[in-house]
Amino acid sequence: MNVVNADERRQRALPPVRGPMRAERSGRGLWHCAAVVSIALGLWLASGDECGAEPVDTHRTITDRSVEWPTGKQWSRVLLLKDYNSRVVIVGTTLLGCAAGMVGSFTLLRRRALMGDALSHAALPGIALAFIVATVLGGDGKSLPILLGGATVSGLLGVGAILLIRNLTRLKEDAALGIVLSVFFGAGVALMGVIQQMETGHAAGLEAFIYGKTASMGAGDARLIGGAAFFCVAVCLLLMKELKLLCFDEEFAGSRGMPVLRLDMALMGLVVLVSIIGLQAVGLVLMVALLVIPAAAARFWTERMGRMVLIAAVLGAAGGMLGAATSALFSKLPSGAMIVLVCALFFVASMFAGSARGVLLRWWRRIRLNRGVDRQHLLRAMYEIPEFSAGEMPDATDSPAAVSVGDLLTMRSWSRRRLRREIRRAVRENLLRRCGDDRVGLTGAGFEQAARLTRQHRLWELYLITHAEIAPSRVDRDADAIEHVLEPEVVAELERLLEQGRGAAGLPASPHGLAGSTASPPAPAEAK
Amino acid sequence: MSRANPPPDTFSQGAKPGASQSVTRQAVPLSVYDLTVAYHRKPVIWDVTFDFLQGTLVGIVGPNGAGKSTLLKAIMDLTPRASGRIAVFGGSYRQNRHRVGYVPQRESVDWDFPVDALDVVTMGLYGKIGWCLPVRKKHRRMALAAMERVGIADLASRQISQLSGGQQQRTFLARALVQDADLYLMDEPFAAVDAATERAIVEILWEMKRSGKTAVVIHHDLQTVPDYFDHVVLLNMRVVAHGPVGEVFTAENLHKTYGGRLTLLDEVTEAMRRREHSL
Repeated sequence: MNVVNADERRQRALPPVRGPMRAERSGRGLWHCAAVVSIALGLWLASGDECGAEPVDTHRTITDRSVEWPTGKQWSRVLLLKDYNSRVVIVGTTLLGCAAGMVGSFTLLRRRALMGDALSHAALPGIALAFIVATVLGGDGKSLPILLGGATVSGLLGVGAILLIRNLTRLKEDAALGIVLSVFFGAGVALMGVIQQMETGHAAGLEAFIYGKTASMGAGDARLIGGAAFFCVAVCLLLMKELKLLCFDEEFAGSRGMPVLRLDMALMGLVVLVSIIGLQAVGLVLMVALLVIPAAAARFWTERMGRMVLIAAVLGAAGGMLGAATSALFSKLPSGAMIVLVCALFFVASMFAGSARGVLLRWWRRIRLNRGVDRQHLLRAMYEIPEFSAGEMPDATDSPAAVSVGDLLTMRSWSRRRLRREIRRAVRENLLRRCGDDRVGLTGAGFEQAARLTRQHRLWELYLITHAEIAPSRVDRDADAIEHVLEPEVVAELERLLEQGRGAAGLPASPHGLAGSTASPPAPAEAK
Repeated sequence: MSRANPPPDTFSQGAKPGASQSVTRQAVPLSVYDLTVAYHRKPVIWDVTFDFLQGTLVGIVGPNGAGKSTLLKAIMDLTPRASGRIAVFGGSYRQNRHRVGYVPQRESVDWDFPVDALDVVTMGLYGKIGWCLPVRKKHRRMALAAMERVGIADLASRQISQLSGGQQQRTFLARALVQDADLYLMDEPFAAVDAATERAIVEILWEMKRSGKTAVVIHHDLQTVPDYFDHVVLLNMRVVAHGPVGEVFTAENLHKTYGGRLTLLDEVTEAMRRREHSL
C-alpha cells in the first residue's frame, strides 16, 4: 500500500510542476540565445578601426570626485556608442560582467564567494611591484599585461597563503581570508607610497586599479579584457555539467572518478582570471561585488542552475555596460562604484520581484494560502452547521438554511474581523448571500463548493483513520491542512478506496462530532 | 524470502584480494584487506579486513565515530588510506568504478541547491556522458526510469528543497541506480526517512539481491538488521565481528561494539529471536 505521507501532501500545495522535458527545452532555447548574443558581441568588439581615441586624462588624483554634468554631445556620444573607444570599453566591461556573473554563480554555490575578494585585494602589491620592476628595468610600467601579470602572481600567492594558513593551523577559512586580504592590501598600499617617491615613475594610472577607472582603459586593454572574459564564458559553458556536480556534491563527483581537485583548481583559475581582468574596470576593492551580486540576484529568479548562470551573466553584463556608460558620462566617478551601484539596483529589484523566491512572491503566496484556508473553513462551516442541527442537509435546490455569524464564529479560532472579511469576499464572489441581520446562507454555487469541500475533507479523515493509523484525535487538524492541497485524482483514488468498504455513494458522514459547535449535534452517523 | 547465506568460511581473515579467488566470472565484489585510515595522524579505522560474495546484502553497524563513513570513503579512494589494500571486482576501485554505485549521506549536500530531482538523478550518468557533452534526452529517460523504480518519477521537475526527507533519500538512491552498478555502497540510506521510503528502499535492496548485485549499507537501526541484511560488519574503529547475521549479530558482539552504551540490547535479542521463529 502506498501511504501518502504528510510531506507529499504538503507539496501538493505548490503550483503545478511543469514536465521536465518541456522545462529542459526552453532552457536550451535560452542557451542558444546566449551563444548568439555573445558571438555578436564578440564580433562587434573586434569590428571597427582604431580612431578617435579620447585623450586620457591622467592628471587626476584618486580623491578628485568633482562631478560635471555631461554636455548633450557627450550624452549622445556615449549612449549611441558613436565613439570607438568608449564603445570598446563598454563592450569590454559588458563581457567582463557576463563572465563574472557566470563564474560568480559557481563560486557562490560552492560557498567560495569571498575567495574572489581576497584574491583581488592580494593583487595590489603585485601591481605595484610589477610597476616598480618594469620601470626600473626601463620598460613601460603602465603596460596592462605587465601589471596584470604582477597582479596574477600576487593574487595567487594570496590564495596560496590562505590555503596554507587553513591547512597548517586550526584557523578557519574566514580568519585566514581576513588576515591575508588585509596584509596583502596593506603591503600594496605601502608599495604605492614607495612608487610616489620614485623619480622615474609616474604612478597616477595605478590608482585606477583600486577603485576602477575605465577612463584609463585603452582599446587594446579592452580587447584583452574582452578576450579573457570570452574565454571564461566559454569554459563555464563547456564545463557546466561538471561544475554543477562539483558545487552540488563534491563527494559523489569524486566517487565517479571526477578529478575534483583539478576541477576546483579550474574554477579558482576562472575566478583569478575574472578578478584580474576586472581590476582595471571595477577596481580591486569592489571586484567581489561583480562576482557575488549578479549571482545572488539571479538566484531569486530561478530554481535551475543553468538558468541561474544565464541570468547572472545577463545581470552582470547589464551592470558592466550601464556602469561603464555612466562612468563615461561622469568621467570623474570611478567606474567600479558605478558598476557596483547598478548591480545593487538589480539585486534589490530581484530580491523583491524575483519570480522564484522573491520576497513579494512569498508574501503573496502566504496571503493567498491563508485566504484559501479561511474560505474553506467558512464554506465547510456553512455546510456542517445546518447539517448537524437538522440531521440532514437539504437539497441544493431548496433554499439552504441560513446560519448566524455568531455560530460561525464559534466554529473556528478566527477573529470576528477576519470572519467578516472572508464573508464579504464570499458574498462578492456569489458563494454566500446575506439573509437579514447577521445571518448568511449559501448560494447555489456556494452550496456546490461547500458540499465538495466537506466531502473531500471527510474522505481524507476516513482515509487517514482507516489506512494510516493516525490517531483520530489528530485527524481534524491534519486534514484541514491537507484538504487545500488535494488533487482531483487523489480524491478519486480515495473515493474508490472508501467506496469499497461502504458500498453506497454519497457524502460520508463526519467521523467525529462537530467541534466547538454550540448547536447541539445529533449523534453522528456511523463512520464505517 | 529465502536468504542464501554463503558459508562463513568465505570470510577468511587473511584472504588477499584477488589471490585466493582467481575465478574471474565471480570476482569478489568487494575485498578489504588490512585497511587503516588516519586523519591528522590519529587512526580512525585500523586493520579492517573482510570480503563479500556476490549477491549479499551487508549491513555495517557501529556507534557514532566508529569510522563507518570513513570506511566507505576509503573504499572509493575519497580518503587517503594509511595502509591496506582494496579490491573491487578483483581490480582497483579506479578500474571498476563504473560498477560501483554510491549513495552518500543525505546531509552531505545543500538541498537548497538550484537543481530539480531529475537533474540530481542525471548526475549519476555524468561519467557515462563524458566531459563537456550535454545531457541528452536518452539520459533523461534513463534517469526517469530509475526514478520510477523508487517511486518518485512524478517529482522529476521539483526543486530538491521541496522534496521531503524520504523523497530526497530516494532521489539519491535513484542517482545510484541509474548507473546500473553491480556493487552499491550506501551511507545511512535509512536515516530519518518515513516508513514508506524505508519500505521502498528495502524492496530495492531485495531486488538487487535477486539480480545478483551486492549492497554494503551503513545502518543505524539495530533492530532491523536481522530483517534487512544477510551479513553484518560490526565496526568500532576496528572490525569487532563480521559474517552472516545469524552468527555474528549476537549480544556479546554488540556489547563489544557499543560498550556500555547499548541500551537497545534486549530489543535486539528480541528481534533476533523473532527472526529465528520466522525462519
